[in-house]
Order: sequence, then C-alpha cells, then structure tokens
Amino acid sequence: MATSEKLVITSNINGEERTFLADSRDSLLEALRERVNLKGVKEGCNNGNCGACAVILNGRLVNSCCVMAAEVEGATIETVEGLATPEGLAPLQQCFLEEAALQCGICTPGFLMSSTALLRENPAPTDDEVRFWLAGNLCRCTGYDKIILAVQAAAEQMRAPKK
Amino acid sequence: MQALRYARATSIDEAVRMLREGGETARVLAGGTDVIVQARERRRVIDLFVDIKHIPDVMGMTYDAQRGLTVGAAVPLYQVYGNADVARVYPALRAATHVIGGKAIQGRASLGGNLGNSSPAADSIPAMMALDGVAAIAGPNGRREVHVDAFCTGPGRNVLQPGEFIVSLHFPQPVAHSGNAWERFIPRNEMDIAVVNAACALTLEGDVVTAARVALGAVAPTTIMVPGAAEALVGRRLTDDTIAAAGAAAKEAATPIEDMRGTVKQRKHLSDVLVQRVVRAAAEHARSR
Repeated sequence: MATSEKLVITSNINGEERTFLADSRDSLLEALRERVNLKGVKEGCNNGNCGACAVILNGRLVNSCCVMAAEVEGATIETVEGLATPEGLAPLQQCFLEEAALQCGICTPGFLMSSTALLRENPAPTDDEVRFWLAGNLCRCTGYDKIILAVQAAAEQMRAPKK
Repeated sequence: MQALRYARATSIDEAVRMLREGGETARVLAGGTDVIVQARERRRVIDLFVDIKHIPDVMGMTYDAQRGLTVGAAVPLYQVYGNADVARVYPALRAATHVIGGKAIQGRASLGGNLGNSSPAADSIPAMMALDGVAAIAGPNGRREVHVDAFCTGPGRNVLQPGEFIVSLHFPQPVAHSGNAWERFIPRNEMDIAVVNAACALTLEGDVVTAARVALGAVAPTTIMVPGAAEALVGRRLTDDTIAAAGAAAKEAATPIEDMRGTVKQRKHLSDVLVQRVVRAAAEHARSR
C-alpha cells in the first residue's frame, strides 16, 4: 500500500528562512502555493511545458511543477513575491506594466522569473536571445512582442549607471 | 500526485540499497522533468523516489585529453552545453543539450534522464550514440557498463534491470582529425519534439573517411545507429556523391511512424537531408581541430 509522509522542510525563500510542513507527494509548486501561501507561483500545464510555475532554485530557473517539495530542504528559492522591494516594483515588473505586457496575468510571474534569470546571466540580450530564453514560457493572450519590449526596456534601465 | 515517499541517497551504495528495499515501484529521481510528470499523470506506478543528486559521481563532470569526457547522469543540461571542453571536442553533445526543452527544463534535465526515459525521439541519445558513449550502471548485482547504442530496447524501454540506475556517461577522446555534429528538424525555432534528429562522428585522413558513426532519432521504435550510412563513408573520399550515398542509406534505414509531427515520407526525406548535413558539419569540425 503506497503511503506518503509528512515532512518538515526548511528553505530560504525570498531571502527569509522558512520552515514549512509538506507531504512527500507534494510538488514544489503545490508546497509553495498551499503550504507557504505564495500564490504568485501559478499552475498552468502542470507538466513542464508552460513555465507559469517558474521559480529560481539555487540560482537556476526551474519549473516548480517538475520539482518535488522534499528536494528543497536547505535550498534557496526565489519567487515573484521576492522581486519588489519596499521602495517599489522591480524594473522588470514596472516595465511589464508600462509596456502592457500582460492581459490575464496568469503567465506573468513565470515570465518575470524567467526574465530575471535571463538578465542576471545576460544583461544585454538581443531580441533573439530574449525569445530563445523565454521559449519555455507560454502566453495565450498578449502575444510575445510586448513582453520582449518590456524585457528590453527593463534591461536598459538595469544597465544604466545608478544615480 | 499518487502517494509516494522521498529518500535522498548520498552514495551509490546507499541508492542501490534504497532501490532494492523499495522494490519495483521505487524509481530514481534525477532532474524529474520526465519522471515527476509521469508519476503525476499515473503513467508509471511509483511509490518511492530515490533522489540521486547528492551522490558526487552522479553530479560530477570531468574531461581530459587522454581519457575523454565523463558526465554524471544527473548533471543538468545547462552545465553540459555550458562546458568549454564539450563545446570544443563534442559539439554534437553541445548542440543536442542546448535545445532540449526551455531554460527551466535545462536547469534540471540530464543526459542520464534523457537516456533512461528512452524516448525514440530523445534529442541527446543519437549524439551520445554517434560519440560511442558508454553508460556506467549500478545495481543490486554490482556495476556494469552498457554502450549507449545498445541501451534502448523499445519506446520507453531499456536494458536497466530492477534496482539498476545510470551513474554516469563516458565519451572517449576522439582521435586526431575527428569531428562530430548533431541536427534536428522541428517546425518551430525551439521547444519542440524532434520530427527527426541525426548525429554523426567521423575521422578523416586527408579527404578520406577512416571511421564513421551515424545515428538517427524519431524514425524507429528506438533511436538507431545507421551502419549503412557509415559504410557509405568509410574508405571513401568525402565528396558530394559519398555524402549523398550516406543520406540515401539513412533514408533507407528509417522506418518511421506517421503521427501529428510528421508523415513517413517527410521523416524519410529528413533522414536523408539531416544525415547529409551532420556528415558535412562533422567533417568541418574535424578539419578545424
């Protein structure tokens, strides 16, 4: 008879040490939404195709639906909730708003996390590089042009010397 | 998700023991991009994941110019294609791993996982076959090695016995004047399953091919070696006619199904075209080294 186990997991989530209860059958997506109450992590396809659940795990972009919660003991996790600061939205978030790079918004947290990972690795991507990097994120309403514009606008802001 | 437990192994022996105790419904967890989805969709009965990503041999990657390249089974793809030695010496491997899934998949997916999943359309397997890769396997009866070209036995099926798992993949150092290449055809620019993929590794002496290995994916129940294409090349000067003969042999060897991704006619045609392209690209790589 198959069983699951209750697990106590401690991870660094958005810069804060968090200890939460999870079930050994939980995906990271389920644990973040249901156990840690981070509803910004979205469930889209739940099979690794759409990128709505993308988070940054130990510095790498992953689909949280394809990670088991049990795997993240001791890990560092970044979600969309960690992007804004008390001073305001992150440049990527602000640019997504200004360029109207979203409609329904379900895919947006995934795009934001994926774009965050891109700009850390490549602060000055070409449009093709942005498209290639974001190929694992699906948007079914806006189309991609505005998203590319928003990422490039944010990249430009982030490259500008700090005043 | 079906009810299941999770266990973290920190050594090969510990993983073997956990898998033995777990029985046939225990499953190795590497990057999870296939197996977690299969568990969720109940395509496999799994009640225990044994996470092998904390075993040093499974996560390491080493290269030296005598012994070649060894890649731990669960090394994520971004580390494979991001490795300078892989890009320089094994461009077939670089090309295949660079276009498997999107970036979020590449942060987790692995060569061992792609091989163990044994899809007929797997992108990395033809590259590993052309490079004469060898899988190091651990299990309840000890260690053994299986060449990648003898690993898959059917769609989703392979030579792994209950309790066995892939520890690492080894690729011999290519001899002088050798080159390799991999290509795939999909109807979009990225993020799609191969209609056909192809890989070639060859050795030149002047203009004459002295050794060749050609492999195809998505044209048979498993990825396949194409000995006919290699025979069309070896011992001959690398001319347009020779390359065309290799392509024709690939077209002949392909026995694809017809599905939403492509017709039989298209897949056979692509086998011809892609094999010609990878032969040319492998020769170019050989000449550049």
